Formats: sequence, structure tokens, C-alpha cells
Amino acid sequence: MLLTLADSAAAVEADRIMTICNACRYCEGHCAVFPAMTQRLAFTPADLGYFANLCHACGSCYHHCQYADPHEFKVNVPRTMAELRLDTYEAAAWPRFLGRSFQNNGVWTAIVTVLAIGLFLLAAAALIEPATLFGRHGGNFYAVMSHNVMVTVFGSVALFVLVAIVIGMARFWRLIGAPPLREVGLREIASAVHDALTLKYLGGGADLGCTYPAEAPSKLRRLFHHFTFYGFLLCFAATTLGTLYHYGFGWAAPYGYLSLPSLLGTFGGLGLMIGPAGLMVLKRRAAGSPVQTAATKKLDEGLLVLLFLTAFTGLLLTALRGSELLGLLLVVHLGVVMGLFLCMPYGKFVHGFYRILALVGHALEQRQGRQVLGKLAET
Amino acid sequence: MSRGDLQTSFDVLVIGGGNAGLSAAIMAAEAGCSVCVLERAPRFYRGGNSRHTRNLRAMHAAPTSVLTEAYDEEEYFQDLLRVTKGKTTERLARLAIRGSQDSVAWLEARGVRFQKALSGTLHLGRTNAFFLGGGRALVNALYRHAESLGVIARCEAPVEQLHLEDGRCRSVTARLGGRLHDFTARSVVFAAGGFQANIPWLKESWGDAADNFLIRGTPYNTGEILKQLLDQGVAQVGDPQQCHAVAIDGRAPKYDGGICTRVDCVSLGIVVNAAAERFYDEGEDFWPKRYAIWGRLVAAQPGQVGHVIIDRKAIGLFMPPVFPAVTAGSIEELAGKIGLDPQALAATVAGYNASVREASFDHTALDDCRTEGLDPPKTHWARRLDEPPFHAYTLKPGITFTYLGVAVDDKARVLMAHGRPSANMFAAGEIMAGNVLGEGYLAGIGMTIGGVFGRIAGEEAARHASNAG
Repeated sequence: MLLTLADSAAAVEADRIMTICNACRYCEGHCAVFPAMTQRLAFTPADLGYFANLCHACGSCYHHCQYADPHEFKVNVPRTMAELRLDTYEAAAWPRFLGRSFQNNGVWTAIVTVLAIGLFLLAAAALIEPATLFGRHGGNFYAVMSHNVMVTVFGSVALFVLVAIVIGMARFWRLIGAPPLREVGLREIASAVHDALTLKYLGGGADLGCTYPAEAPSKLRRLFHHFTFYGFLLCFAATTLGTLYHYGFGWAAPYGYLSLPSLLGTFGGLGLMIGPAGLMVLKRRAAGSPVQTAATKKLDEGLLVLLFLTAFTGLLLTALRGSELLGLLLVVHLGVVMGLFLCMPYGKFVHGFYRILALVGHALEQRQGRQVLGKLAET
Repeated sequence: MSRGDLQTSFDVLVIGGGNAGLSAAIMAAEAGCSVCVLERAPRFYRGGNSRHTRNLRAMHAAPTSVLTEAYDEEEYFQDLLRVTKGKTTERLARLAIRGSQDSVAWLEARGVRFQKALSGTLHLGRTNAFFLGGGRALVNALYRHAESLGVIARCEAPVEQLHLEDGRCRSVTARLGGRLHDFTARSVVFAAGGFQANIPWLKESWGDAADNFLIRGTPYNTGEILKQLLDQGVAQVGDPQQCHAVAIDGRAPKYDGGICTRVDCVSLGIVVNAAAERFYDEGEDFWPKRYAIWGRLVAAQPGQVGHVIIDRKAIGLFMPPVFPAVTAGSIEELAGKIGLDPQALAATVAGYNASVREASFDHTALDDCRTEGLDPPKTHWARRLDEPPFHAYTLKPGITFTYLGVAVDDKARVLMAHGRPSANMFAAGEIMAGNVLGEGYLAGIGMTIGGVFGRIAGEEAARHASNAG
């Protein structure tokens, strides 16, 4: 079990590579990693973990590197940072023993999701009358599973997920040697959130996009990531609004197809299908790219498949909610959502939180004009 | 394409696929010509020294998106006169300088991107435009653009034989996939670089000292094309000993060490030779203005070795080198570790320390910290070497490119030994940079010469090809 980056083989390689990069600096215009690097003469494991989470794996620095393999220096920043990033996820995880899930993440994600769907199906078979499960309910899924049961089951899991992610973020903040939170101002947070929401660093540093999936610059990855993230955000907004309708106004679901929660959910769901599907296609095209690693490819694919399935089953449920398939589709959809929830703290989902924290640290360093992170001893 | 289909006849043939060759190929293709680029290196190493570059020096009348203030023709030319000590061809130099006004926009329109000058660079934000991602990004973008225009670019296609006749290039023989093919074209552009990776050729003028040279760039610039042109009646320009050379870390790879092997602390310390004696004013001027003379200075020392010695005070004031310094608690111990006589080095340091007149140290200005009564003096940034730990970097000459080349006119036409221009041969880049650079070096001018003369060569080659058709 990896508890500190001092034990990370990827950190040793990242140190070797960053020493070469710091003497070259040709890539300083591509992203935040290199400006952060130039504020240092040497690198602690915490520094390197911080760099790894600034890196968006856009590939520009690899395709533009005069020292890449077959040069004897064999510099490959994106791949090394991807491996190190995985180690930071593992070392920051709570509870600690679940950090191991990052090493074989594709398998873990698949097992958890299949189990979640299976459990929901078994529970439905055992607890719900067949006539109810396979009946027509005019779209009212609370007739199949009561609102209170759903809220209890998903609310408690969501609470656990939230706690795990928050503790993970706190551990990550210490892992990259960041200063006490009181030094962080609103400006840094705003800057980091802006850079994350716009995916500034999937731009390659100019207007052409990043070198992914191949050497020619392309904006497709950023586009599909936007579909994915904003699709997810719309779905989240739909659920939140539904909750508000339910508790705030006493308006019970189902809501009409043209109601606000349904529209948010439908558009969100479409984004959440288009985005992950596009990213999967790009990933296939990048197959064999020296920038990609098997471990992070599985990590990415796990989340993409889960998001796609969540959106797909959700939209199918919405479309067919008037039919007798309502019960079965609801149970399957809820099983997929449960799988997604459970995998959130132990999969690719955490990258957004950690990347924002790294960007906050970067904004802090840029404002202070000096090295701020990486100084504290690792805990 | 199968072997039987290999197209070997073009309007314009370009030999060498770096910045100069690709600029020529793109200009010719944009003029409607069929163009083929024959590049000797494998794909990863394509582009010659261009892949190791970072910026070009550009004249501009007002601030641009990538350059600050202004840099006019006269100042640019005076800078060039200073480093070359007048050894330049003014007409061609001014042609390159004036052409550099268009370089940034021309490259941007063809997919190359520039960055704003950031920290740690050589403070060249006013005079030099920096390629986003460096030279390999530029090379990749130019290949992509050339290929989008229909240019056929072949890597691992070394040209083995030129067939010249009456001042014309009739054909060239190139090796592709283990077979020899004759290529013919109405116009031929030679952009195949200098001969700096050809140690036996370097030895003809440098003697055995050349065995100790490191080659900073591509190992593929061995000068075969240059040699054949000169052997077949093309006029020669430049001194075979002159080149762009800097002092780099002695542990650098023999070839392709590139930018990261530089050691930027010379002006912060002292440099001694194998006898532990100083040999040149380390603080003569700002490092960006002096880095290019230290290769020759070290090359002239016994064993072609120099050692730069700094103390604790210099740490953090210069770009971090790629290899760690040799470090010791005393000068004597340091001398032992780098193979110098401890007493001799201690005496040199003591003599230097005694002569230092330290005032207000300021590495960003030509400050008043200097030596008195020392020969050679250190005229700026002279501080005593008295705070351990002491650090040493061993330096060797790193050759970037040679200046011996083919003579050209202002249409980039190759001049024949009898003085008349060739009917269909053009040259651009390092193979003809000696027309502008007789000695010395001005940061970023190599890419300027390559780009400007590349564009001229491409345009003229296309014009000749159309007329000949």
C-alpha cells in the first residue's frame, strides 16, 4: 500500500525527467507544470505529486520534446506524470486500504458496478411484488420503490462518498506539501475553478488544441470533456431541483417531459452519453501512443463506461417510463447509479477535485511569485 | 506507394527537411509546384538542428504579440557587425534582417505558434520570438502544413550523389528503403546543413582537438551535400574553423545534447583550464551576449577543457544545469575531485579573491564588482569565492553548426566558382549561413537566416521551375 510519495517509483522517474526539463524549459508555454517547475531548483516527492496533478496529459510536451525516446534521455512527461498521478490518488485515499483499488481500477470498477446492479435486482426480486415490478404506473417510479427508500439508500451512500472525497482532498493537500488553507484567498480559488471549468490546460498553450490523440493539435478532447462534465453538472442540477420540488414545494415526481428537471436531465444525459463516447473513441485512436499507460487507460475507461451507462439507463427509463418496463429499468438504473456512487472516491472521478486543488496551489505560487508548495514533510 | 510507383520527377526538389528546407518547400508548393523533400534522418530526428532551436531573431518597428518594444534594421545590423567583427556580406545580411519582419506572421499562418517570453530564458523578449514548444513543435507544424499542400516529404532518404553539369543540377541519387533512386527536378534547393557532425572534416582545420568536441545538434549534418557541391564547382564561402560553438557540460552526449547541456554560471564564478589557470574575462558582458564565445575559448585550451568554479552565493542565480555539480567543502578538495592540482587551483582562487573589489553586486546590470591588477581581469560580477560548498562544472566545446558553406546571391541562387549564379540550384539555411555569419553568433539568427533564405529559395525555385516549363 502506497502511503507516501517517497515510496513511488514514478516519483523517482519524474524527478529525473523534471531535472532535464528544468534545464531545457522549451515547453514552458504549454501548461502550468513547467512554470511551476521553473520556480524550483530541485524537487521533493511532494513537488512532483503536485506537478503530476497539474498535468492534464495533453501530450504537447511529449510530441515537441527533442529528448523523447529514442533519444538517450527518454523523456516522457505525460506518461510519467500519469503514473505518478495514480500514486497520489492511492496515497490520498480514505480509508487507506481502499487506495489499492487504483492499481487495478478497471477490474474494481467493473466488479463494484456489476455487484451493485445484481444486488438491486436481487433486492427487487425479493422485496417487490412481481405485479408491481412489471406493472404500468403512468411513469410514477415511486410506485415501484418509495421515495423514502431511495433517499435513505442513496443519501447514506452519498454521505459516505462525500466524507471519503473530503478526507481525500485534505490528505491530497498535505501530500503536495501545500501551505495552511488560511493562505488561500478567493482569488486563487476563482482562478483554479476558472482554469478547470474552461479546461485551459487542454489547449496546448495556444488556439489549436492539444496533441491528442496524436501529434496534430486537436480540440476534440476538450470538446468531449466539456460534454461529459457539463452533462454531469446538468444531471446533478436536475436531481437537486427535483429534491427542491419535492421537499420545498411538495411537487412529487414524475415531472413532465418539458418540465425543468426533465429538460435538465435529458440534456445532461445526452451530454453524458456524447462526451464519454467521444472520449472513448479518442482513447481508441490514441491506442499505442507512448503518452498513454495501461493503468490510467483502465482508470479513465472505468469512469467513462459508468457515466455512459448512467446516462443511457436514465434516458431509457425516462423514455419508457409509461410502459411496463418501468420497474426493471428503474432497478437497473439505480444499480448503475449506486455503482457510480461507490466508485467515485476510488476511481477517475477524484481527478477533478485533486486537479482543482493543484491549480489552487499553482495560483497561490503565481501570486506570491515563489515556491509555496512541496516544502512540508509528507505525513 | 509501391516501389514501382515511386515518383522521382518534380518541379522542385528540396534536400534537407529542416526550417529552411520546409520553408522553401512550402513556398514552392504554394506557388503551385510539385515538391519533394528528401530528409536524411528518421522521422523522430527529422528537421536537423531546427528541432533543437527555440527562437528566431526578428526585426520589428513596434511591439507585437510576441515581441516587446522595437528592434530596427540598423540596430539589428550593428549587433550582427559586432559579433561577426565585420565578417558578413552586408547586402545578404540586410536581406535576412528585413525578411525577418515577416517571419513570425508567415510561420503563424502555417501552424507554428509562439509564446510570450517567460522566466529563465535569455532575456531576449525584445529581439527574439520564441516558438511555443520549441523547435520540434515548429518542425512538426511545418511538415504538417507542407504535406497538407501536397508536398511529398520522405524521411530516411539520404542523398548520396549530386549530378551537376554546366552549373545545373541534372539529378540527384538518393537511397530509399535500401535502393538507389535518381530524382530529377527543374529546380533544386539545398538545405542540408553544415558539417559539424563530421569529425574527420573538423579535424582538417582543428586537428586532433576536434576529437574533444561535442556536437550539440543532429548527428546527421555531416556535410556530404556541401562537400559535393564544393567539389563540383560551387563557390565556397567562410572559414572552415568558424562555427557557432558554446561551452557545454562535458558529460553531455556526443550528439544531440541540445539546449539542456548548457552551463550558465560562467559570469558568476571563474573558469580555469587544465593547469588551473584562468584564461578569459568571465564578466565581460551579459551571458546572453557572451555564451557563444566560450565554445571557442575552451576549444583553444589544452585538452579542450575548462572548469567553471562557483561558491554557495551563486546557487539559484542561474538556470539549473541538467547534470549535478561536483561539490566540495574546500577549493583543494574540489580540485582533487575534478582532476586539477589542488595547490595550483588554490593559488588561482587566492589570487583572484585578493584582487576582487566587491561593490554592489547586481547580476541584472553591468555592475561594479570587478578585479584589480589581475590578468585576465574579471570586469563585472566579481565576488570572492569564499563560501563553501564550492561547485564545479567541467566544460567542453559544443559545436552547434559550422559556417563554411556555399556562396549565394540575393535570390538564394548558388554561385559557381567562376562567379555566375547556377541556373537551377538554390541554397538556404546552415549550408549558406556563412554568407551572413563570418564568425561569432547572434542568438536566434540561425533560424532567421534559414527562414528568410528558405522562403526566397522556394519562391525563386518555383519561378525558375515555371519558366523552365
